[in-house]
Amino acid sequence: MSDILTIKNLRVEGRPPGGTYVPIVKGVSLNVAKGEVLALIGESGSGKSTISLASMGFARPGCRISGGEIWLNGRDIMKLSPHDRHALRGNEVSYVAQSAAASFNPALRIGKQVIEAPLWHGAGDAATLTATAVDLYRKLDLPNPDTVGNKFPHQVSGGQLQRLMAAMAMSCGPDLLILDEPTTALDVTTQIEVLKAFKDIIRDQGTAAIYVTHDLAVVAQVADRILVLKNGEMVEEGPTAQILHDPQHEYTRTLMAAVRPAPHLVDHVDASAAQAPVISARNITAGYGALTILSDVSVDVPAASVVGVIGESGCGKSTLARVVAGLTPLREGEIKLDGKVAAPSVKDRPRDTLKDCQIVFQMADTALNPRQRIGDILGRPLEFYQGLKGRARLDKVGELLELVDLPRSFASRFPGELSGGQKQRINLARALAADPKVILCDEVTSALDTVVAAGVIDLLKTLKDKLGVAYMFISHDLSTVASFADEVVVLYAGRVVEKGPSKAVFSPPFHPYTKLLLSSVPEMRQGWLEGVADTGEAKAASAGSVVIGAKGCPFSNRCTHVISGTCDTVAPPLRVLSDGLEIACHLPTGELPDRGL
Amino acid sequence: MHRIILTRLAQGVLTLLLASIIIFGATEILPGDVAEAILGQSRTEEALATLREEMGLNRPAIVRYFDWLGGMVQGDLGTSLATKRPVADMIESRMWNTLRLALLAAAISVPLSLALGLWSAMRAGGRVDKTLAMTTLALIAVPEFFIGLILMKVFAVELKWLSASANTRPYFDFWQNARALALPVATLSFAVLAHMMRMTRSSVINIFTSPYMEMAALKGLPKRRLVVLHALPNALSPILTVIALNLSYMVSGVIIVETVFGVPGLTRLLVDGVTLRDIPLIQACAMIFGAVYILLNLLADVLSIMANPRLRYPK
Amino acid sequence: MSDATEFAKPRASVFAGLRLTRTAIFAGGILLFWLVLALFGPWIAPHGEADIISTKTFAPIGEGGWLGTDKLGRDVFSRLIYGVRTTLLLALVTTVISFTFGVTLGFAAAILKGWFDIVVSRIVEAFMAFPSTLLALVVIGAFGTSITVLVLTVGLVLSTSVFRVSRALGYDIGVMDFVEAARARGEGTWWILTREILPNSMAPLIAEFGLRFTFSILFLSGLSFLGLGVQEPAADWGLMVQENVGGLFLGSSAALIPAACIASLTVSMNLLVDWFQQRQQGETVLEKIDQ
Repeated sequence: MSDILTIKNLRVEGRPPGGTYVPIVKGVSLNVAKGEVLALIGESGSGKSTISLASMGFARPGCRISGGEIWLNGRDIMKLSPHDRHALRGNEVSYVAQSAAASFNPALRIGKQVIEAPLWHGAGDAATLTATAVDLYRKLDLPNPDTVGNKFPHQVSGGQLQRLMAAMAMSCGPDLLILDEPTTALDVTTQIEVLKAFKDIIRDQGTAAIYVTHDLAVVAQVADRILVLKNGEMVEEGPTAQILHDPQHEYTRTLMAAVRPAPHLVDHVDASAAQAPVISARNITAGYGALTILSDVSVDVPAASVVGVIGESGCGKSTLARVVAGLTPLREGEIKLDGKVAAPSVKDRPRDTLKDCQIVFQMADTALNPRQRIGDILGRPLEFYQGLKGRARLDKVGELLELVDLPRSFASRFPGELSGGQKQRINLARALAADPKVILCDEVTSALDTVVAAGVIDLLKTLKDKLGVAYMFISHDLSTVASFADEVVVLYAGRVVEKGPSKAVFSPPFHPYTKLLLSSVPEMRQGWLEGVADTGEAKAASAGSVVIGAKGCPFSNRCTHVISGTCDTVAPPLRVLSDGLEIACHLPTGELPDRGL
Repeated sequence: MHRIILTRLAQGVLTLLLASIIIFGATEILPGDVAEAILGQSRTEEALATLREEMGLNRPAIVRYFDWLGGMVQGDLGTSLATKRPVADMIESRMWNTLRLALLAAAISVPLSLALGLWSAMRAGGRVDKTLAMTTLALIAVPEFFIGLILMKVFAVELKWLSASANTRPYFDFWQNARALALPVATLSFAVLAHMMRMTRSSVINIFTSPYMEMAALKGLPKRRLVVLHALPNALSPILTVIALNLSYMVSGVIIVETVFGVPGLTRLLVDGVTLRDIPLIQACAMIFGAVYILLNLLADVLSIMANPRLRYPK
Repeated sequence: MSDATEFAKPRASVFAGLRLTRTAIFAGGILLFWLVLALFGPWIAPHGEADIISTKTFAPIGEGGWLGTDKLGRDVFSRLIYGVRTTLLLALVTTVISFTFGVTLGFAAAILKGWFDIVVSRIVEAFMAFPSTLLALVVIGAFGTSITVLVLTVGLVLSTSVFRVSRALGYDIGVMDFVEAARARGEGTWWILTREILPNSMAPLIAEFGLRFTFSILFLSGLSFLGLGVQEPAADWGLMVQENVGGLFLGSSAALIPAACIASLTVSMNLLVDWFQQRQQGETVLEKIDQ
């Protein structure tokens, strides 16, 4: 039998603290052949992560494997004693987690952790294993392979740590590798190198792997076969090409449909240039303590339009929203809301100014007070801004719920009784309760499943058309922004590198960073990864990391077009090109990256 | 890292100064002054005025504070109101008794509680863990004097194995000393053991909720290695803090123990001082205990800083 | 990652699904028993708290009174019943005082931040730089023993811990998005405190109240035991232990009985708090290795 792993009718149950067990995985069967990569895809709650851990015979705290067979290398590991089963982990099967930063013990040196499993299981002595590990580092393209093992986890960047975790998993020469959303926490530009490294090392060592992810485009790059899960049950299984191009099941088709079309394909109409801006932020500089997050950022949001703010983690996009809302004080610059200068702090703004500009947060869970009923959560802004009370307030709450496609009966519920998507709709409804002119949407769909997120985006579009509200839509997700925004601002390390009408930003000429960002968004096409990972842009980008407060152009350490002596010393000013497009780059207009993707 | 440690040391000195202000202030804001306290009911206005002049009580409080503080630093702890003897002499003769009790109790309770705490953590959820958890939970809430009295009743009154009085004599041999000190040391150890053990366990267990512990567990490592090698280094800082806290908590434990077993120690001196309202004595004792407490906490902090790789090896 | 619908709770309330354990019922029963005695003590006790009922001092159990007599020939049983009143009432008052100060200042520091937080935190730190018993001794040494001094002192000592807990809660909850949302709406400090932060800190505050209550009983009985707390002829458990320690060598249990009663009270309270906190906890990775 060439199957490394065969799972038959697996059942896993979970229990919230103090509660009773409920099924999480309801009888799933699968098999992984030698050298094969099987992808488990599905939304949150589909049980994909739970199944992957179960293939090690492991269940997370609060969960238990309640039935089924797990055959690893020809024996049912559920029939082994706990001790023997535990001995397989880090020996025949190893694990790569979502966040390397959290998965490395901060108190131990990296090298020690990498060789720990094989050393314990008696695969060799420390010197031999360290030599093997250094080889792995080299194969994974890690800088300083000879010395990186002596460092502590906090001394290494996120993308490198993720690759080091792959080395840690591979060091024991496992027969089966479990990868649990290993690139989800990374930025797109970092994701490519890590993904490529994972793929190469799996191919190179001929290891069988289970790859867990929610991202179909990532799956297209690494998987041989795909298994689609929903609510702990298998929906569909087949070779990657078949699932991607010819899905049989209705649910798989829904998943495919929710995946955003590639950004550059979308054409946009420049809607509302003539109207006065509802938000006009001029030359904003802001930060926390000694740290400067935003420097000299100017953004306008015209009435009834959508301005997308794009950037990767740490670029300052959320800070921008907080500064506009008055939650984080600005150091320099000025904010005008609906033409009037607004006080920098929310405390000093009158209610009608506050009313016009509302904010919706990323984490739907934490943005709602768990001890207040939905009726009170929505009723408070109605009372606060419009003085509505009693019957009138109740009626309006019902209207708001209907506006965001939720039943009126939700008013009596607590947030804990709602799903993630429903909570985000309540957040939106709370912002709408103020009858605002503009809503600051801070990564409002990032924490949601693709299908649910698509629903929220549709709702945002409908509301915009119905109510004429404008959005400042902050996101790291290019595709969403491209399909939705009229204008786009690209932030990098706290500075605007490019802005203009969405169509102009997403078509040549590009700022080198925009170009990198666009080409880094994974495509559903198989083989896309190989094409993009070998480009000069991707190689240069993986060489450096984001530096905040750089003297010259902040992107100069990751740019292929860098002009030494200029880019690293002088910050490039925003230069107006055609069609209202502005780019901050020293390159002459003709030399800006312009080829298609 | 050196800068962080220096800052922490400076903070320690500052806290000590603040503590001295509190001690001095607390004994100064009372109605009347030391002169009234000395003369008691039989005072006359003239006598009061003379005594105040003699003792320098007419000077402003600030001046007297610095005078007192200066004396403290040089080892001049003032003169007792009750005995008219130098406070330094009174303390010196008693200090050793208290210190001996505390050191013995610390030497027993710290290693024992660490071992039991780690053992309990390794058996998390098992019978050993649950039994220890229940026992220590109960033990924490039991007053020290109850533990002391029960031990005394059983081992000294009924069984007559050990001595009920901890009053040792210079001519005592090792066994006589042991017989005398066993009960107070045991009582004092019990008082801090349960708490330290629980905190050690929960600090370690707390670390086990981090993803890196799951990662380590999925390497197939045995529990012993997980607890000692992976969890303990990360739990070191809270554990050190708890040890320091409990060692300094012994100060209050010692007060009870010395009373129960009639140890002529420093805390008995303090309690007597409080009963007789012997202000210079109270001030001196309080400063000594306060300094020990602050020093222990400072030590724990500095050790935690030194054990943190983020601070030891900057980026 | 997490899906709310999967583990949806039926209702969010502090007392949702009490999930009583045997230990919790047992501990609760003991506390209830003492509470009833405290409320109806004078009607139950056979004698007054200071009445000398026998010429025989340190009478053993069954002689003189149910539980014997003390060093002055008073009824131990009656003094015990009166004592629970004093003990519980003093502990309650001191705990309430500590919460009044601690919670107010703690939340104020967390919300107002800035200089107010710095000043108050520094002062509290300085107070915490002392063993609490020592602090109480210094104050009692300065002001003498009276119930007012005692209650205020212990309340003050206890409030430092309450301050720390409330301030940490205020900071933790204060940075959560729903509080930010209220702030962005323009809500005032009072609303944020009473409607957003306080309802979400009830569970830890209740637990802290239980812990402080226990500590207060221990602390006060300790002081009484040293002769610096409640003064004769009032009946207080700690005081009763102190009065009758000498009887231990005469075979009398007059000191052990009140000591055991204090222990029953504090241990029960601790068990109850532990049960209250444990309800939230789950398994650890360690336990999963053996499964």
